Amino acid sequence: MRVLSVEALGADFAAAVREEATGWDRRGALPAEMARALGANGLLGADLPRAHGGLDAGAAALGELCAHLGGVCSALRGLVTVQGMVSAALLRWGTPAQRDRWLPALARGTRIAGFAVTEEGAGTDLAVATTTISRAGTGFELTGRKRWVTFGQVADVFLVSGLVDGEHTTVLVEADRPGVWREPVTGQLGMRAAQLAHLRFDAVSVPAENLVAPPGFGLSHVVATALDHGRFTVGWGCVGMAEACLREATGHVVNRRQGGVSLAEHQVVRGLLGRAAVDTAAARELCRRAARLRAAGDPEAVVGTVAAKYAAARAAAEVAGSAVQVLGAAGCAPESRPGRFFRDAKVMEIIEGSAQVCELTVAEDLLRRHGYSTAGAR
Amino acid sequence: MEVTAVAREIREFVTRSLGTTVGDDEDYFELGLVNSLFAIELIAFVERGYAFTVEVDDLDRDNFRTVSRLAAFVVAKCAC
Ligand SMILES: Cc1cc2nc3c(=O)[nH]c(=O)nc-3n(C[C@H](O)[C@H](O)[C@H](O)COP(=O)(O)OP(=O)(O)OC[C@H]3O[C@@H](n4cnc5c(N)ncnc54)[C@H](O)[C@@H]3O)c2cc1C
Repeated sequence: MRVLSVEALGADFAAAVREEATGWDRRGALPAEMARALGANGLLGADLPRAHGGLDAGAAALGELCAHLGGVCSALRGLVTVQGMVSAALLRWGTPAQRDRWLPALARGTRIAGFAVTEEGAGTDLAVATTTISRAGTGFELTGRKRWVTFGQVADVFLVSGLVDGEHTTVLVEADRPGVWREPVTGQLGMRAAQLAHLRFDAVSVPAENLVAPPGFGLSHVVATALDHGRFTVGWGCVGMAEACLREATGHVVNRRQGGVSLAEHQVVRGLLGRAAVDTAAARELCRRAARLRAAGDPEAVVGTVAAKYAAARAAAEVAGSAVQVLGAAGCAPESRPGRFFRDAKVMEIIEGSAQVCELTVAEDLLRRHGYSTAGAR
Repeated sequence: MEVTAVAREIREFVTRSLGTTVGDDEDYFELGLVNSLFAIELIAFVERGYAFTVEVDDLDRDNFRTVSRLAAFVVAKCAC
């Protein structure tokens, strides 16, 4: 039997579904079997330990996997991202029972997880969340609304943030509990196949064993761990998008002739390609650096990952824009991959810490190391 | 493991991270010297430096809020 690396598995998987992704985007959903197909290859929990159903892949291999999937479909990469975020949070802060129950199922894709933290009034500033998790009997009762939950339409379980006695806390909520309502979100700018939903939790009973970490550690530890993992996989997905756009743009300018010359003859077009190539390579190197810091357990991995995600999302947005530009109408066509990535990449500059907030985070980290207090900031 | 040696290493990390010296019994969270990334950076530092894993049961603010308390926590963890 041939044993493939995680990266090779990712490359094969991405190649096999490459032509289908445009249709998924148009229909606004991944095929129902996609989670299990990814899971059967171990690709939904690649970085989890084998004991929990994973492949024990390092950060670099996980990154390359996300670049391959991201270069084909952001929603597909998004599935790896959210499963990975919730798994990372549970691996790190879950109880042994929570890990046993959820990690193998998430890794195999027999269960899908959603990460529900954003609220109407709490986007960038999660500290102002209003969802309440009140003590009720031996367990809890959850009431609140969450918005923009990736794969919220189909998730089997949600990692939800809220307040227990005024302290930020996280709980697992199975989607089939009475009082869980989902409202599908369709037609948003990008990640259209990611089956988003807004959620309403109406006095949902949650047993005590669903609490993830003690009250007070929800945002600073559980959500922080999930977002850190998410930023890493989003960043690598953006590298994949930028690389795919660069390939298409280059292929196009070589073949397309206008006014009797190839587009490749124009210096302005070459300049655009040159900038795109440098942005793309820079993004990849920052993501590689983040992978090295993570593999080494370096405390600076957190801010290194913010920097990588920021640069990669920006590169993806820039390069996708340039690709659409040189493709002209072909870039605007319904089946255009750069056109789709142009929409998706903009979303990547907003989620998991918007571009502006990433800049602030990197700057705050810098200032903090110079003794300048940035307390109260994220 | 010597608690004073551990405290010295933690103090060096905290000083480097916060760009200022903090007394061994001063609560850097209370003093507002940290940002939201610091809690997990601190965990990464002790895990890497002393080769153990911070578990969910260790999540008690008292384990992390000062250099002295964190050093005592590290020594206790490494002893078990
Ligand atoms: C496709 C998609 C999928 C998503 N999936 C999920 C999910 O699975 N789970 C989930 O919980 N959420 C999800 N979200 C929500 C997403 O995390 C939020 O949109 C994001 O956190 C930003 O919050 P917001 O939209 O409320 O924007 P706001 O917080 O209102 O910010 C809007 C803009 O204001 C600026 N800004 C805000 N704060 C600052 C600041 N302090 N300094 C400087 N500038 C600032 C930035 O430019 C920012 O882009 C998703 C969103 C989308 C679009």
